[in-house]
Amino acid sequence: MTNRAAAFPPNWPARLGLLALAGYAVFATAQLDITWTRLGHGMGEGARFLARMFPPNFARWELLLEGMLESLQIAVLASALGILLSLPLGLMAARNLSPWFVAAPTRGFIALCRSLHYVIVAIVFVKAIGFGVLAGVAALTIASMGFIAKLFAEAIEEISMKQVEAVRATGAPPASVLIYAVLPQVASRFVGFCLYQLDSNLRNSTLVGIVGAGGIGGTLFAAFKRFDYDFVCAILLAIIALIFAAEVISGRIRAAMR
Amino acid sequence: MSPALAREWRRFTPAQRLGRWGVWLAMVAACAWAARSIDIIPEFLADAPEQMMDLLVRMWPPNLAHYYPTVHGALVETLHIATLGTILSFGLALPVALLAARNVCRNRALNTLAQLVLVASRSVNSLVWALIFVAVFGPGPAAGTFAIAFRSVGFVGKLLAEAMEEAAPGPLEALRATGAPWASVMLKALWPQVQPAFWGVALFRWDINVRESAVLGLVGAGGIGVVLDDAINFFHWDRVATVLLAVLAVVVVAEVVVTRIRARLL
Repeated sequence: MTNRAAAFPPNWPARLGLLALAGYAVFATAQLDITWTRLGHGMGEGARFLARMFPPNFARWELLLEGMLESLQIAVLASALGILLSLPLGLMAARNLSPWFVAAPTRGFIALCRSLHYVIVAIVFVKAIGFGVLAGVAALTIASMGFIAKLFAEAIEEISMKQVEAVRATGAPPASVLIYAVLPQVASRFVGFCLYQLDSNLRNSTLVGIVGAGGIGGTLFAAFKRFDYDFVCAILLAIIALIFAAEVISGRIRAAMR
Repeated sequence: MSPALAREWRRFTPAQRLGRWGVWLAMVAACAWAARSIDIIPEFLADAPEQMMDLLVRMWPPNLAHYYPTVHGALVETLHIATLGTILSFGLALPVALLAARNVCRNRALNTLAQLVLVASRSVNSLVWALIFVAVFGPGPAAGTFAIAFRSVGFVGKLLAEAMEEAAPGPLEALRATGAPWASVMLKALWPQVQPAFWGVALFRWDINVRESAVLGLVGAGGIGVVLDDAINFFHWDRVATVLLAVLAVVVVAEVVVTRIRARLL
């Protein structure tokens, strides 16, 4: 009776871990120079900021609409290009279909596309092809390639090889093997990735304008710099509405496909 | 030949075929509309390869002397922003997730309100959050930390709420039946079931936050982005190359670390 273990013994490793985490938080807070006075001051500034944001000012709706349409165009073009380029890349990166000397470099290229943030890629493209929409399209195409091609390659690696072998056994050329044995197994997942990427391209296309790559982001950044906070609020509301609408539509499409 | 054999079999009904053609047509039309009305300056496009080569030549060789102490300090600051922002976001997301999970909080109005908060947090990009917090706290890493935290709340909260909703009701009911207080039910019945998802989400989000915090400096929210922005504005492309290599290295290391830990945890 006396040496029965407690039902819920204290978990000392977890407690120590939590303590270490709290210690790190205090240390990092000090390193980043975040103090209570600063936070208190920030609260006051935040209240002033919010007060100046309301009511949102839709007087310059033409500028707003133009920027939003441009963002939409960037998203559509970048998604289309990204999807087209990801198809061969994904096939080349799948280790069960391509030899290793093709798959390994393709995987490296895809990882490179994924690892740099799209805003940084946009900066490089703004330098290379000048300010404007094209830089945004190029940057988001790179990002889309990194995402879709990686997931597509992983999906292909999970397919059942029986069907591939069956089609190969009939003496079909490689193109037919792809069309009749590989693609039917991954098509629905591929469409899912594409929809997801279209969604996230739409979000990101509202941002690349901050570095001069076209879209509503440029208008937003200019409004911030000019302290037009009521216009900023209008732009933010428009962006949230657009993203929300896109999420609802893609949710519907996904439900319809099932 | 009997008529049944002569019949031509098709995979889709006419209505389905029409629908499929409609989808393809809409996609092509959207691309055509976007490509036609977008203003592309042909001169810029023509000399793009030349400009790209010029950029690469200017970037090579990277100015590695610039790494210490400027880039190194900024890199450490970026990691602090990402980590502290992730910790803060979990602090903020836990109560919202508890309110959003339908099996924990039985009030429909509170569920909807919590979901709304999560959607709003997710819809605003981290750079926009950074712009807002720069206006609130002034330029510096404080703004970056809060931007990362507020952006992550939506993501973390959504996934945590989903994990809580999937938890088996048995242990919760058993503990409630013993008359345990609410906090004990949460800690001893819900937490053990949510724990694997929790660590997975934490690692995944930290990895994303490391990437995102690298660009926050472009709008003045601290971290390596500030150094990058300075180097670009002064056209020190060899320094830009150093910064980009440093960011690339950190992102790759973070991904490898996260994958290793996940493999051991799960």
